[in-house]
Amino acid sequence: MQVPAPFEYARASTVDEAIELLGRHGAGARLVAGGHSLLPMMKLRLARPDALVDINGLSDLDYIRVDGDEIAIGAMTRHAGVLGSAVLAEHYRIFAEAERVIADPIVRNRGTVGGSLCQADPAEDLSAVFAALRGTAVVRSASGSRTVALREFHTGPYETVVGEGEILVEVRVPIRTHLGSAYEKVERRAGDWAIAAAGAFVQLDDAGAVRDVGLGLAAVGAEHYTCEEAEDLLRGRPLSDEAIAEAAALCAQRCQPQADQRGPVDYKRHLVGVLVGRALRRSAGRARGEEV
Amino acid sequence: MTTTERPADSDDLRSPAGNPLGFGRMLRKEDARFLRGHGRYVDDVVLPGMLHGAILRSPYAHARILSVDTTAADAHPGVKAVITGKTLEGLNLAWMPTLSGDVTAVLATDKVRFQGQEVAFVIADDEYTARDALELVDVEYEPLPAVVDARHALDPDAPVIRDDLDGRTDNHIYDWEAGDAEACEAAFARADVVVAEDMIYPRVHPAPMETCGSVAYMDKVTGKLTVWTTTQAPHAHRTVYALVAGLPEHKIQIISPDIGGGFGNKVGIYPGYVLSIVGSIVTGAPVKWMEDRSENLMSTSFARDYHMHGEIAATKDGKILALRVNVLADHGAFNGVAQPTKFPAGFFHVFTGSYDYPAAHCKVTAVYTNKALGGVAYACSFRITEAVYLVERMVDCLAFELKMDPAELRMKNLLRPEQFPYTSPTGWVYDSGDYPRALAEAMRIAGYDELRKEQAERRAAAARPGADPSAPLMGIGLSFFTEAVGAGPRKHMDILGLGMADGCELRLHPTGKAQLRLSVQTQGQGHETTFAQIVSHVIGIPPEDIEVLHGDTDNTPFGLGTYGSRSTPVSGAAAAVAAQRVKEKARIVAAAALECSVEDLEWEHGRWYVRGDPESAKTMAELAMAAHSALELPEGVEGHLDASVVYDPPNLTYPFGAYICVVDVDPQTGAVKVRRFIAVDDCGPRINPMIVEGQVHGGLADGVGMALMEVIAFDSDGNNLGGSFMDYLLPTSMECPSWELGMTVTPSPHHPIGVKGVGESATVGSPAAVVNAVLDALGLRHADMPFTPAMTWRAMQGRPMRPDLAIE
Repeated sequence: MQVPAPFEYARASTVDEAIELLGRHGAGARLVAGGHSLLPMMKLRLARPDALVDINGLSDLDYIRVDGDEIAIGAMTRHAGVLGSAVLAEHYRIFAEAERVIADPIVRNRGTVGGSLCQADPAEDLSAVFAALRGTAVVRSASGSRTVALREFHTGPYETVVGEGEILVEVRVPIRTHLGSAYEKVERRAGDWAIAAAGAFVQLDDAGAVRDVGLGLAAVGAEHYTCEEAEDLLRGRPLSDEAIAEAAALCAQRCQPQADQRGPVDYKRHLVGVLVGRALRRSAGRARGEEV
Repeated sequence: MTTTERPADSDDLRSPAGNPLGFGRMLRKEDARFLRGHGRYVDDVVLPGMLHGAILRSPYAHARILSVDTTAADAHPGVKAVITGKTLEGLNLAWMPTLSGDVTAVLATDKVRFQGQEVAFVIADDEYTARDALELVDVEYEPLPAVVDARHALDPDAPVIRDDLDGRTDNHIYDWEAGDAEACEAAFARADVVVAEDMIYPRVHPAPMETCGSVAYMDKVTGKLTVWTTTQAPHAHRTVYALVAGLPEHKIQIISPDIGGGFGNKVGIYPGYVLSIVGSIVTGAPVKWMEDRSENLMSTSFARDYHMHGEIAATKDGKILALRVNVLADHGAFNGVAQPTKFPAGFFHVFTGSYDYPAAHCKVTAVYTNKALGGVAYACSFRITEAVYLVERMVDCLAFELKMDPAELRMKNLLRPEQFPYTSPTGWVYDSGDYPRALAEAMRIAGYDELRKEQAERRAAAARPGADPSAPLMGIGLSFFTEAVGAGPRKHMDILGLGMADGCELRLHPTGKAQLRLSVQTQGQGHETTFAQIVSHVIGIPPEDIEVLHGDTDNTPFGLGTYGSRSTPVSGAAAAVAAQRVKEKARIVAAAALECSVEDLEWEHGRWYVRGDPESAKTMAELAMAAHSALELPEGVEGHLDASVVYDPPNLTYPFGAYICVVDVDPQTGAVKVRRFIAVDDCGPRINPMIVEGQVHGGLADGVGMALMEVIAFDSDGNNLGGSFMDYLLPTSMECPSWELGMTVTPSPHHPIGVKGVGESATVGSPAAVVNAVLDALGLRHADMPFTPAMTWRAMQGRPMRPDLAIE
């Protein structure tokens, strides 16, 4: 049995109570939602929080709904909820495609959207998805709420802008039309972290040129899980094979993967090129109403 | 799953519970308790006053221990004792013998020699306190350069790992050879074609679901030591504890309760087992030690780690003439391989495989490295996995060079049925087989010709201009394996001087119910069902009326345990012979009861009857009561119905099979998908076909795992890169296709009921089929497994990577 170092435990039943408990336990306190990243790290004693504030009771943060011209996703929404969401399926195929390859059903039944984003693992798939879609995060503290662009949410590996006494409560994604989206991931085995993964949305204008595009990259050291230069390169151009190849090559060049047992740097860069190309092609196809 | 050509169960008669009276499909008797959570494993053992131990392990692969300070840990209120190497030195227990004539440290005294090696043992009130207190033990190390790459272990400037051994100046363990080098040389000289290839069978781990552990209690009043422990060989462990610790063997009881998988991981004796015993002696209380997953993966017996150079010689029309191989074997920091004494490289020299050629030779050089010890495990039948992988890869390399279909090449060289019993060039006597029939059956199920046609069409399409660059590359791979299981004849095979014969006791109670006591120990194979069916097959009483007892040395006869697929070939034979003796004794009782002569009695469906008068009959249950009654028996015949047997197998048994794998490889990402897997196994008659198929399923999944993802790699400092299930990957159902199983049945001529054993067949045979399929898809002669996407892509780029080292 792997045993974590000693820690205090408290259970919150409201967001306000969670914030209050965080304040009471100080800088060494951590929120625990699904726990599928934090608890294994604690059992290996890689993470040693002084206190855990359990927010699994915050079921009012478990929702996916249309809110004006955005989709709002509560931070306590489980992965399984994202995977099965009709609202998300209608607007963004990328969610279900990413969720289907996140861990396994046991983890997806428990792990949460908020937990995934706040864990800030460089290989986390939803971080890449929200980066691609240019979502925003709603963070609350005792003094009120603030909104942060998802592309500014992560400040480094395992680090976010969520500060002491704060809690991520919601993620919002703009609703777009004439759109297709897709997610591509290569892993060593079902349930493993990505060797590399790429997500995209493509919005086409009536002439077939790219009105807007978003790219997300996981596990390859891409700044803010994306490559804005490649997006800029595509915007306003027809999505030709050449344009896709250029954008894919730029992504491969700009990312900064690390060699590990999942693969060497050259392979990971190569994969980025392949997966960005595939994600863009399928997104464009879907934007044109094709079944891909 | 599809099972083709499933024959009718051999015995259509059914017991009152609906089970076959003998061989046939029936649900496992043990499943009721497993499915309802009533299994009782070592970690379920809770004794009054029980304490908990935890092991402090080395963070370094190679370092000198300068000091171990336990002051802070000793002062912890929940800590009862802290045991170090120094404590053990005082008891003369710091070192213990391995199963291969070496010694290994129980707790390190001078140096640590692999990452994860045991350094101190903390005993506390509960497991939380024990693990917290580990952090209070202060060990000062002086790191030393580590020997990581076996290929550099014998370099003149390599650090000497085993400076504890007198006069040791290098990391060499042994050189061992088999076969005829000169005959090989002559065959190579006259060959039209010679193909040479280097290949690695990487270090992998058995990774059973249940990790290793033990609960020990030394009762100082009675002097009795009881150890509940995760062992595949309880009797062997008892004797070893007696020999090593000087404890009286009649006062040692080893209980191996339900075991959650072994695969070879639970053959040896680990420091943790010894420490729980020492802990109980020191504290006077029962002490439990249960390792965690990372400890299991980093410190307990690994498998494989063979670096092989093979050379195959043939005529230009594909007749194989000879095979030779040089092996560099990485044994880790201590030579702790578990195998019969006379076979330092296990049964690797069965590497001539399933083919007919006159000359073969192998040389194995074993070396020490700064890695965990072990080396025979993971359902390998004492290195036959490595041997089959080598020959099946070399045959494919030959097919590649000759541009010949690998099925045709195999069919041309397979041993023919009339050659059995067959003596191989390295001295093995294969008992029985019809190899071409098995291969033909696998090809029939696969639709081999259609598969090759589809492959040709796909390749043609991919070559056309404008073809989809992401269209998968299709590969078809074959392997044919011959296993050698059921170790083994006492005159050839022993472990630590203990001959590999198995005892067995069968008792019929007066009401006709039976108890069968076995020396072997199930780890999930279904012994409680299979062995009941063996007895039922012979004496005709229902399997549900036969209780199979095992795993407690106080209540079972001596034997060497379950590994190397030996339970059914050896203990299964013992059970069959015991049942036959009971049946013959029952005949004497029947003659007395029916007032006829023994010669007048005939046997049918569980009863003896008078020839010509089927109504004059006694069932086995009636005879059991009669044998315990006042019935007068002939002079010299004692009452009761029981038998005690020791079975010394005359030879090994040789299961075999033909496997075909179909894969699709993404040409841009290198991702491999196993599309189909066809397995035709011949293990002789199938006692319980359902259990056999379950064994095959598990082994095929093992094979997919080893071929595609499993490896324990080490970085240049000797850090283990496979120390958790996030890093050491086991296959899931997502990587496994729906297995397509077939069978042929060739009984063993020397086994009492003809059966051969099947536990490891699929693990032995399947990796080569998957690898051959991947390489067929890529159009490459060789690249090393595991074919993770990165390994595959780099192989496609002509820049293959070493699987056993850190990727940089």
